[in-house]
Amino acid sequence: MAERPHLAVIGAGPAGLAASLAAAVHGVRVTLVDAGTEAGGQFYRQPAAALGARRPQTLHHQWRTWERLRTGLDGQIAAGRIRHLPDHHVWCVERESGDGGFGVHALVGPMQDDGVVVRADAVLVATGGHETVLPFPGWTLPGVVTAGGAQAMLKGGLVLPGRTVVVAGTGPLLLPVATGLATAGAHVAALVESADPRALLRHSSALAAQPGKLTEGARYTARLLRHRVRALVRHTVVEAHGTDRLESVTVAALGTDGRVRPGSERRIPCDTLAVGHGMLPHTDLAETLGCALDGTDVRVDDEQRTDVPGVWAAGEATGIGGAALALAEGHIAGRSIAARLHGSAPDPRTWAAAARARTRLRTFFAAVDAVFAPPVGWVEQATDDTVVCRCEEVTAGEVRSAVGGFGAGDLRTVKLLTRAGMGWCQGRMCGPAVAGVSGCTLTTPRRPLARPVPLGVLAGVSEEGLPALSEEDLE
Amino acid sequence: MNPLELADAQPGPAFTVTFDGRTIEALPGQTVAAALWAAGVTAWRSTRGAGRPRGVFCGIGMCFDCLVTVNDLPNQRACLVPVRPGDTIRTQEGTGHDG
Repeated sequence: MAERPHLAVIGAGPAGLAASLAAAVHGVRVTLVDAGTEAGGQFYRQPAAALGARRPQTLHHQWRTWERLRTGLDGQIAAGRIRHLPDHHVWCVERESGDGGFGVHALVGPMQDDGVVVRADAVLVATGGHETVLPFPGWTLPGVVTAGGAQAMLKGGLVLPGRTVVVAGTGPLLLPVATGLATAGAHVAALVESADPRALLRHSSALAAQPGKLTEGARYTARLLRHRVRALVRHTVVEAHGTDRLESVTVAALGTDGRVRPGSERRIPCDTLAVGHGMLPHTDLAETLGCALDGTDVRVDDEQRTDVPGVWAAGEATGIGGAALALAEGHIAGRSIAARLHGSAPDPRTWAAAARARTRLRTFFAAVDAVFAPPVGWVEQATDDTVVCRCEEVTAGEVRSAVGGFGAGDLRTVKLLTRAGMGWCQGRMCGPAVAGVSGCTLTTPRRPLARPVPLGVLAGVSEEGLPALSEEDLE
Repeated sequence: MNPLELADAQPGPAFTVTFDGRTIEALPGQTVAAALWAAGVTAWRSTRGAGRPRGVFCGIGMCFDCLVTVNDLPNQRACLVPVRPGDTIRTQEGTGHDG
């Protein structure tokens, strides 16, 4: 019997896990490569094992789904069908010359100073997404954290960022973050949401398809009431105050034009601001492989195939839509990969239920996207002396003069003129902000190295294994 | 209620590390950032340009704001690196290579 075909799955969140299980059950050998120390991704982020948490489910919802995934993963690992590589940080995936296979390059361990290569016949990109935070005066003060970051530190490290927290921004993530922090003992002084979630009711077709989402929202709202959290809808944080750390925030009401209503400002004392303005797909690895995007999302077909043969994508990387959508997409991808690697066309009827869930959830999250858009006035809130690029300390004023004074018309030119996006994070944090302040279209810059790589690791890679680098890439 | 109680955590014995010479307690399994947060510390870097304080921002290893010097090695992401008994953690000034 021929050796089982080999799939490399990048990312052990809901999409990567669902795909790994579906593929392994159908005769594929899977290597699950993941940056986390435990499987689960951001949604099911687990406390470090050494913390000995006996009831991690108190920090989570949809725990039974996680238990099913975890049991499935353990079973497939024991059977030798899935190999799980935790704490492996993938920095590049490339097509190998000759046999048409792929090489997945990863750095190992928290110090990320050593490299390994996983060779596979096919690749699933399940790299998830990251949070967008738009700038406002004071947002670089210690004590201002991303909403998802506060949640990740709570779930993974069982710590709170402070005692008195304001949760602010926009999007469906704020509600679970506020309830999670309150349940864990923080005083949540306010939940400040710039959109009006009631607007979702106007998208009745989307809601009718997802009645469970209303129940979920109602459950969070009830918990917030129990913790006496004040919800300020159609409000925004205009400034964070403090000298060396956060001491208070100014919030203000938004008018129907999406701009701050003069005279509505008030101060809320707090030592922590957990802020987020939605999420963006993580597409570096897919782009290095040459996969086409639709806007900011990896483009996939009904089988979750990208336009590059041998490369599938699922979950947030193909468009932000939450864990349930990631599970459906991952399952479909796993089934498709198993069939294709065995040389046959898959039968979509075998994943009909997942396909229906995918359609419903995509419709629902299109409505969510429309409702939870950042208020148009955010650009005016980013005053000229507000830092926009946190790494290189580039201000909104410098970005504006790159456009107004030097005529920059695209993000790359703005970057070359100001260094915005040239630092450690390679523009991941400031991309949407620089685009908004400069008025340029948000495009994902080409990042052949998905994370900083030690020269020693690069030097160990054979020449044909290296992605083509330009001088700019090595900045 | 605190997060450890909420999750019914039973970690191994706490150990000590130092932050800028001050002794703080840490738990096995925590990252450097989690140990510092638990000790009430929120800033452990000053920026290269304006010398402004920074700490955790994204919490998932993406933003590099939480860079810190651990055992004389600068530019460690505090939100990823596990804390170990006896670690010497220092505020990172600028690039961390100035001595």
